[in-house]
Amino acid sequence: MRTYRFHVVITPQRNIVSRTWGTSVGRKSVMAVTGVIFLLFVIAHMLGNLKIFFGITAFDEYSEHLRTLGAEIFGYSGVLWILRVVLLASVVLHMWAAISLWYRAKRARPVGYQHRPSWQGSYAARTMRWGGVIIALFVVWHILDLTTGTVNPAPAGSGAYEKLVASFDRPVVAIFYILAMLALGLHIRHGLWSALQTFGANSALKQNALKTLAFVVAAVITVGFVIIPVSVMTGLVR
Amino acid sequence: MRLTLRIWRQPSADAKGKMKKYVLDDVEPDMSFLEMLDVLNEKLILDDEDPVSFDHDCREGICGSCAMVINGTPHGPQKNTTTCQLHMRHFNDGDTIDVEPWRARAFPVVKDLVTDRSAFDEIIKAGGYISVNTGSAPEAHAIPVDKVSADDAFDAATCIGCGACVAACPNGSSMLFTSAKVTHLGLLPQGQPERATRAMNMLAKQDELDFGGCTNVGACHEVCPKGIPLASIAQLNHDVLGATLSGARSD
Repeated sequence: MRTYRFHVVITPQRNIVSRTWGTSVGRKSVMAVTGVIFLLFVIAHMLGNLKIFFGITAFDEYSEHLRTLGAEIFGYSGVLWILRVVLLASVVLHMWAAISLWYRAKRARPVGYQHRPSWQGSYAARTMRWGGVIIALFVVWHILDLTTGTVNPAPAGSGAYEKLVASFDRPVVAIFYILAMLALGLHIRHGLWSALQTFGANSALKQNALKTLAFVVAAVITVGFVIIPVSVMTGLVR
Repeated sequence: MRLTLRIWRQPSADAKGKMKKYVLDDVEPDMSFLEMLDVLNEKLILDDEDPVSFDHDCREGICGSCAMVINGTPHGPQKNTTTCQLHMRHFNDGDTIDVEPWRARAFPVVKDLVTDRSAFDEIIKAGGYISVNTGSAPEAHAIPVDKVSADDAFDAATCIGCGACVAACPNGSSMLFTSAKVTHLGLLPQGQPERATRAMNMLAKQDELDFGGCTNVGACHEVCPKGIPLASIAQLNHDVLGATLSGARSD
């Protein structure tokens, strides 16, 4: 019986997708690009949320506007669905790249240190991986709570404002939300800086400025989100 | 000074290692860390015990041989200092000091504190050079180099390839080392022809050799005895992404 042997020659540079995904820096850049998509989304989401302080009509109308936005072309909720698909694809890519780098890191040091190394680097950098997992779990809860209303105490058919107030009237949920937003802030604090570094924007002269920028953006976003459950808990928003 | 040392002892690459305790009574504060280990080894030899193996060469902080993790920090507690330049005055009488080898899959332990770091040579071979015709040296002033590029290239060129960056990195990545070479050569006019392929090939080799991926933690810079800037990594990323997008061939 004759055996045939097929030689498949794979050159290191195939198409741009495999060339990007094939290196550790390529995967970091996938994380950076998808991270920037999340960051832009989160900023828009935070600004929209702040409409809660303009009353029930303003907030519920804003919620409705999101659905009628571009409806002439994309249909009711069309733009929102496009956004959801983009975000979901980004989540998959972001987590896929993160897990592959996590696996790579575990593989790179099979024997650990006996003397536990003192951590060199920021707290934010240290909590990226588990912080990311916490944020992902939070997002699942958040959608079930305020988008689908599955775990929301407000009666079915309630508006966005009622659902929000009903949700944060449960102190445990409000505290979980606040903790998740702190995790998000830390994630952005390291993530934004890391993305700038990955894009090659850093230099010895700019480093402190870029880190400060990441800190300020993270702090503004965290405060912008946390202020709402705090307002509900203190009775400012009813 | 009286010190308790707990040192990683591993008779060979395949053997199982463990931390072993030694007590030294007569440590002078002016000894370097390696001189202190020399004193320990003399004592061990007199006691018919196997002395602790460790790498060393110049003992003046420029060769990058003296690789050891001291109390969890590569090269010990003193910033911008190699182990050979670390003096015992930075420790206190009665201290317990843990000494371990670099820990990375790409740097297998040969014996005790000695690791095989030839993986770095492989990365250098993949692109850490410039191609020039040998023979008569060109006139030094024939190619102008601007001051900023010269300074940044020189900062990166001070890398001694000790591997502390890998040892400290929670991801076990050699990114600071690789990026120092890419920055050093890539910022100078002589390094331009191979700039794109250098970045791609050195990174590909680093990935292939089981070093971890960089996640911009910055631990490498903190422990680097030469203080290689973290921005070198941004330079590498910049060159790799540019080469990827422009479709540079990597072979």
